[in-house]
Amino acid sequence: MSAILDTAKISRRHFLVGSAAGGLSLAFHIPFGSEALAQTGVPEVNAWVVVQPDDTVVIRIARSEMGQGTLTGLAQMVAEELECDWARVTTEYPTPGQNLARKRIWGNFSTGGSRGIRESHDYVRRGGAAARMMLVQAAANVWQVPASELKVAKSVITHAASGRSTTFGKVAASAAKLPAPVADKVPLKDPKDWSLIGKRMARLDTVEKVNGSQVYGADLVVPGMLNAAIRDCPVFGGKLVSYEEAAVLSRKGVRKVVRVSDSAVAVVADTWWQAKTALDALPIKWDLGEHAKASSEAFAKVLREALDAPEAVVGNSNGDARAAIATSARKIEAVYGYPHQNHATMEPMNAIARYTADRCEVWTPTQNGEAALAAAAEASGLPASRCEVYKLHLGGGFGRRGAVHDWVRQAVAIARQMPGTPVKLLWSREEDMLHGRFHPVTQCKLTAGLDSRGEITGLHMRIAGQSILAGVFPQNIRDGRDPVMFQGLNDGGGEAMIGYSFPHLRIDHAMRNPHVPPGFWRGVNLNQNAVYLECFLDEVAAATNQDPLALRRKLMTRHPRHLAVLEAVAERSGWGKPAPDVDGQKVFRGLAQTHGFGSYVAACAEVSVSDAGELRIHRIIAATDCGHAVNPQQIEAQIEGSFVYGLSAALFGQCTVKDGRIEQSNFDTYPVVHMRHMPKVESIVMPSGGFWGGVGEPTIAVAAPAVLNAIFAATGKRIRDLPIGSQSLRRA
Amino acid sequence: MTQLKVNGQVRVVDAGPDTPLLWALREQLGLTGTKYGCGVAACGSCTVHIDGVPTRSCVRPISTIGAQQEIVTIEGLSPDSSHPVQKAWVALDVPQCGYCQSGMIMAAVALLKEKPQPTDRDIDDAMTNICRCGTYNRVRAAIKVVAQGGNAKLAGLSIQHADGSTT
Repeated sequence: MSAILDTAKISRRHFLVGSAAGGLSLAFHIPFGSEALAQTGVPEVNAWVVVQPDDTVVIRIARSEMGQGTLTGLAQMVAEELECDWARVTTEYPTPGQNLARKRIWGNFSTGGSRGIRESHDYVRRGGAAARMMLVQAAANVWQVPASELKVAKSVITHAASGRSTTFGKVAASAAKLPAPVADKVPLKDPKDWSLIGKRMARLDTVEKVNGSQVYGADLVVPGMLNAAIRDCPVFGGKLVSYEEAAVLSRKGVRKVVRVSDSAVAVVADTWWQAKTALDALPIKWDLGEHAKASSEAFAKVLREALDAPEAVVGNSNGDARAAIATSARKIEAVYGYPHQNHATMEPMNAIARYTADRCEVWTPTQNGEAALAAAAEASGLPASRCEVYKLHLGGGFGRRGAVHDWVRQAVAIARQMPGTPVKLLWSREEDMLHGRFHPVTQCKLTAGLDSRGEITGLHMRIAGQSILAGVFPQNIRDGRDPVMFQGLNDGGGEAMIGYSFPHLRIDHAMRNPHVPPGFWRGVNLNQNAVYLECFLDEVAAATNQDPLALRRKLMTRHPRHLAVLEAVAERSGWGKPAPDVDGQKVFRGLAQTHGFGSYVAACAEVSVSDAGELRIHRIIAATDCGHAVNPQQIEAQIEGSFVYGLSAALFGQCTVKDGRIEQSNFDTYPVVHMRHMPKVESIVMPSGGFWGGVGEPTIAVAAPAVLNAIFAATGKRIRDLPIGSQSLRRA
Repeated sequence: MTQLKVNGQVRVVDAGPDTPLLWALREQLGLTGTKYGCGVAACGSCTVHIDGVPTRSCVRPISTIGAQQEIVTIEGLSPDSSHPVQKAWVALDVPQCGYCQSGMIMAAVALLKEKPQPTDRDIDDAMTNICRCGTYNRVRAAIKVVAQGGNAKLAGLSIQHADGSTT
């Protein structure tokens, strides 16, 4: 408990958000919710639960909240077993340093791969159940009755026989002294008895997001803090040669110009605006390095050649696809491509770092506090036990803030040059666009062999291109194989499985890595793999005069859960009957399905394309089977959000390289979906039980293929290179 | 020194005349509810009202704003999150990460003031703020809830709130 108390004290002492001169003046605490703990000194019941004397229940959340609602969903799961009063629930983040000191009692902090709930559902529920058992036992001890005679509901413990009752808050202090039950012996409720899990509960973090009081990393002010703006070499792999600090040091507010690693320079000033404008005025010389002439076009040629390279790593195969195709009556072949894309979180990368010779502290929005702690330790040269990271809610994550904490390293590198002074590093949008960790670039050649009746005898899918793991976790590449490349195409594993069976199948990958650094981008490799397979099957259906749903049904007989979500969207959309016209335009449908992050998802898109080639997406019907649905209204929000993100990628998302650098520098050159582009989204949440799937990512992957297949239905045109962008959609 | 009237109070800002209003609000006045997203008036996260007009404060130098012009930020919309737009936002659980939502709300308030019964087209035209999480459909629904008098049940989301109410 002491670690949390210390943090609370520090935060109360040091943090003031807003201006003392007027307006807002709020004490702010990190982790949030802990201020009352410092006032009362209440010990935790266990690592997951603190109950204050006024019956406020503080639930600890190890994963990060970035909009996806995991904070609320995880709290629902703890509260379900705790049997507390939901109206009195608040939350706080334990820190990565505390997790380290307590032998990872809160488990994994990583918040990516849609894993917030699906990988912690068991132990957080057991944490809630164990706390309830301790609270009940504490009351039983006071009343000298067997715990089995007590009932508990909404934080009230009652003993019917004697008519006594008490509350969690009254017994929490004595409960905290009891031995904890053995976690795996703690019984959990039968899902049919759930009263909070599965309910359409409101989020716990909404009010502060509608009145401006939510403090993001970009907003946080630490007393005595200076502000830094940074510029990294615009060409990846290039170096900083020199800069003329004399040109800016006399500017108002500027304190220092510092070299950061071997490729970046930062200006530190009183305000960020001063730092940013001084940086703009700073003459900088770069050594652009060996990639100064690299371009997207040149790399596309590398990928094109790799589509036919003899060497490739096989990810999924059965039979002999190449032989089956060679001897088939008919062959269908197509080549697809998927570009680099930036995550473009609304809140640019930022961190505050404070360094002294024996301690390094970092305040930052991160999807993985433990990885941020490791980055702080490495960049500061201090052991992790002398470092701490305070997490803030993220202004968007999408994978950018999880695996690679480049901005944390930079902030610490700056702070090391100003010991004792907290420095906030905030990237400009331009820096954020140029120095992303980009969606990998790939191409795919698909070849199907058909028999004389038009049935598929063999399918070969050759993926050529960039491996995220090779760029981020190269130690996880074994024998040249990046297993993540085959998301949604795996034969088994329960995580991301192909939904079709073919008599002969070969899916292989020829790895080719450009100099652009890759990252896990919401949906990861499911995004392009779903486009490739779902659009190509649509091509086969068209080429053999089959209904795309009928063709899929034949291939999906051994994949009932994949098929169930597909059937659900087909039925809801009225597949097989013409869609009603909209504004005098004929409306056409396209289907797609996939399995990823443990969940089965499908979509039907309804689009029209005018004679002039103008695309309108009218309606999307989307189904998700995530096993257990913890908060259906938030799952719906994730599904809708997945179409904003996925359609942004499909319609506009592209980062191109010229002269070694990313050409798109802001939202004016990297357009995204706006309100006016947004279709109506009808969500079908259809949990079939028995497993826990993620919901933040899988649906993104069906956005593009459903729309592309609908465009084909409308126009006869097959768009094989994303984004759709300015490609002509006039009817073929 | 520049004098600005922000949320009804006269404030003095010690920043260069070219400083965008956004950074004066955030760094001089501590009003961090208004967000930096792009710096080029493309995303709308920095939207505030100047004399009731939704304005992208990231490209508006403070020297161009008169001392008597009324600047309203998200913090000044209501003292207790009770503006009808804020209430609708809470009722429908509109925000996800929330970073763009101050700008969204300020844009929506201005739209509803000008057009209390906006059409879908009006909403499309006025709400040009960027959201990456994907709240557009709930933003649209919340605007319609306000236009229809605040009955959040009309949105059909059946959200259960901690106080026991359902919207």
